[in-house]
Amino acid sequence: MREFLTKFRDPEIARALIKDVRHLATRVADRLGRRVVLMEVCGTHTVAISRAGLRSLLGDLLDLRSGPGCPVCVTDYADVDRMVALARLPGVTVGTFGDMVRVPGSDSSLERERAAGADIRIFYSPADAVAWAAAHPERELVFLGVGFETTAPAVALSIKEAGARGLKNFSVYVNHKLVPPALMALLEDPEIKVDGFILPGHVSAIIGRRAYSFLEAFRLPAAITGFETNDILEGIRQILKMMWGKEPRVVNGYTRVVREEGNKIAQREMAAVFRVGDASWRGFGVIPGSGLTLAAPFAAFDAAARFTLPPVVPRVPAGCACGEILKGKLTPKECRLFAVACNPTSPVGPCMVSSEGACAAYYQFERHYGERANHA
Amino acid sequence: MRKNDVVLLAHGDGGALTHELITGLFLRYFPGRTLQSLTDAAALELSGGRVAVSTDSFVVSPLFFPGGDIGKLSVCGTVNDLAVVGAKPLYLTASFLIEEGLPLAELERVVASMAAACAEAGVEIVAGDTKVVGRGNLDRLFINTTGVGLIPDGVELGYARLAPGDQILVNGPIGEHGMTILALREGFGFAGQVASDCAPLNGIIGELLAAVPGVKLMRDLTRGGLATAAKEIALAAGCDIILKEDAIPVRPEVKGAAELLGLDPLYLANEGKFMAVVPAADGEKALGVLRRHPLGQEAALIGEVCSGRGNVYLKTAFGGTKFLDMLAGTPLPRIC
Amino acid sequence: MCLGIPGKIVAVSPEEHMAEIETFGIRQRISTLLVGEVAVGEYVMVHTGYAIEKVDVAEALERIRLWEELLAHEGVFDEVPRSGDRPGTD
Repeated sequence: MREFLTKFRDPEIARALIKDVRHLATRVADRLGRRVVLMEVCGTHTVAISRAGLRSLLGDLLDLRSGPGCPVCVTDYADVDRMVALARLPGVTVGTFGDMVRVPGSDSSLERERAAGADIRIFYSPADAVAWAAAHPERELVFLGVGFETTAPAVALSIKEAGARGLKNFSVYVNHKLVPPALMALLEDPEIKVDGFILPGHVSAIIGRRAYSFLEAFRLPAAITGFETNDILEGIRQILKMMWGKEPRVVNGYTRVVREEGNKIAQREMAAVFRVGDASWRGFGVIPGSGLTLAAPFAAFDAAARFTLPPVVPRVPAGCACGEILKGKLTPKECRLFAVACNPTSPVGPCMVSSEGACAAYYQFERHYGERANHA
Repeated sequence: MRKNDVVLLAHGDGGALTHELITGLFLRYFPGRTLQSLTDAAALELSGGRVAVSTDSFVVSPLFFPGGDIGKLSVCGTVNDLAVVGAKPLYLTASFLIEEGLPLAELERVVASMAAACAEAGVEIVAGDTKVVGRGNLDRLFINTTGVGLIPDGVELGYARLAPGDQILVNGPIGEHGMTILALREGFGFAGQVASDCAPLNGIIGELLAAVPGVKLMRDLTRGGLATAAKEIALAAGCDIILKEDAIPVRPEVKGAAELLGLDPLYLANEGKFMAVVPAADGEKALGVLRRHPLGQEAALIGEVCSGRGNVYLKTAFGGTKFLDMLAGTPLPRIC
Repeated sequence: MCLGIPGKIVAVSPEEHMAEIETFGIRQRISTLLVGEVAVGEYVMVHTGYAIEKVDVAEALERIRLWEELLAHEGVFDEVPRSGDRPGTD
């Protein structure tokens, strides 16, 4: 492979883009009288921005924030508690994506359950989980369906596949979430202090640019953005141009992958297997229409219905301010749990659960405060 | 030994089967005179330096993987621990913890591989032990090795010697062992396209020390990878370290697999890689010495020491800077 | 969310809706159920073992062309006056 794709991480092009972004950001920040606040709503963007060290290159002009874009981080306490309860059932193997393993519930995590003897298996693909279930008819395989619109179609197909193969020992704990309703929930707060959105490229590959047209009513610029460093710089550049020109729109900066209407096949598969319902997000509470449940024809694959779980009473420390932090209304330090009840080794909200989340980054930065200037 | 034999509990009870295992397998592959004498303890002659001792237990699953196996690993791991403190590794002990039912043919493959690694590293196995435990009490085979070596007079390595401007080198591409094991263990489709770098480093380190006596510190880059080792050095030495991302060698297949799983090669384990800190003036010379050795052909200068308080910075290929911290738990494949 | 990597199709098994991709030097079998028919030489974006969309190479090349233009004209923006509340360089 490589060839043309290397250009999307070419440092020379990055240098030119950074120069242009800095130039635009300087003018926009001058006009605002403060740094420009941009939010990305995708864990992979968070990691990519961190990996490339973009904050050190742009941080004086741009405040790059991580929104509720890490699907495992926003998994609610009650849902993690139910996953833990499933893992404790005799005869049950829990299949999961790797990043769910360490997310803490009220008093345990999958990692702790594995240490206590539970059978927790990490799968790269839900299709591998189906194959494992077929090869181990003596075990009940419960797959944890976490992830946004990017992941849900693959899980939908795996459920259909399990049905077609007549598997009786495969089920899914469906915890998928949807990005546009979460964006809507953020934006409906009149006090939100975000100047623009870096929109998730691979969610958008499924739902299409058109799915964001509701954003235009809020007069905020947004760019669908890919994940290579130069993609991210391009997305930021497009947002800044719209801010400078005072022409906020939702632009597609990831045209090599994202179509106006999205991936119709994937949308059809999701619609066949899932129904839209309310979902509870860690740090936010219930967001209407932001989650997926299994449609009636696939109810037999619903792990939550198949197994009798003990009632879950999540113990959530009151006062998590992730919702306010993500809206820009509070800084991490202003949350009364910050560095007291909430830290990277025992995180409460999604901003601390993700190692790249706003609170985790702030925690790290505070510890190094004053030393950074030396070599940055 | 018959072809389909397996290890029985009786192989560990000290009786006739134990004797058969020792004489028919271990003594056949480990020819050193000290071991062959079958005394209760090895008597070793050591003089001409300070004695270095290191011990490590090996519990890798699966036992066999592209590029090595638990036997080779158990020799290289301890040899490398000795080598990076400047010692010339001389003797090893080997303790085998075996789950009953392990095919003897597999045990023989492991032992043969250990013998080959010992020959390559120039070390002798001088004592050993065998225990067999009931099925389910451990995963097939664990090996503990303890190594003894001599640090020649004049070799002085230590965190205290680090100073701003010192150059940091690595002897080759990183992340291969960690990615190989992860891919096999989790059954990823690309397993077999990456291979472990497992190798004894005492040869290449010996040549480096001989040619560049000013070497200040070395670390082997096992669990936690390059990033964790750098962070530990920075904290212990009370300095900062700057690493240059585009100077750090990573093989394309490791980079590809890491991208696929959302992992960072900087945090993946190595079993044949070490980093060395040398005075600024010795950087190029050290690089030349490493590159002339088969285990250092892709060696690189990857960063330098500066004054500070224990931070590690990565200069990214894009000119950005980011903090590197220690590994926060086993690397797991991500979807987000 | 949504770690995806681009891969080039190097082999196809249309009857199984599977294909083999090569990406950064490694090969991986993936499902093509979400993208329909694919041909050897095409590029797809892969997430959790499924191709989620085809990569439009013409669009990619157009983006690169624009960036290379920017690279060639680097420095031009430095001359644009910074003050004033007016549209910039679009």
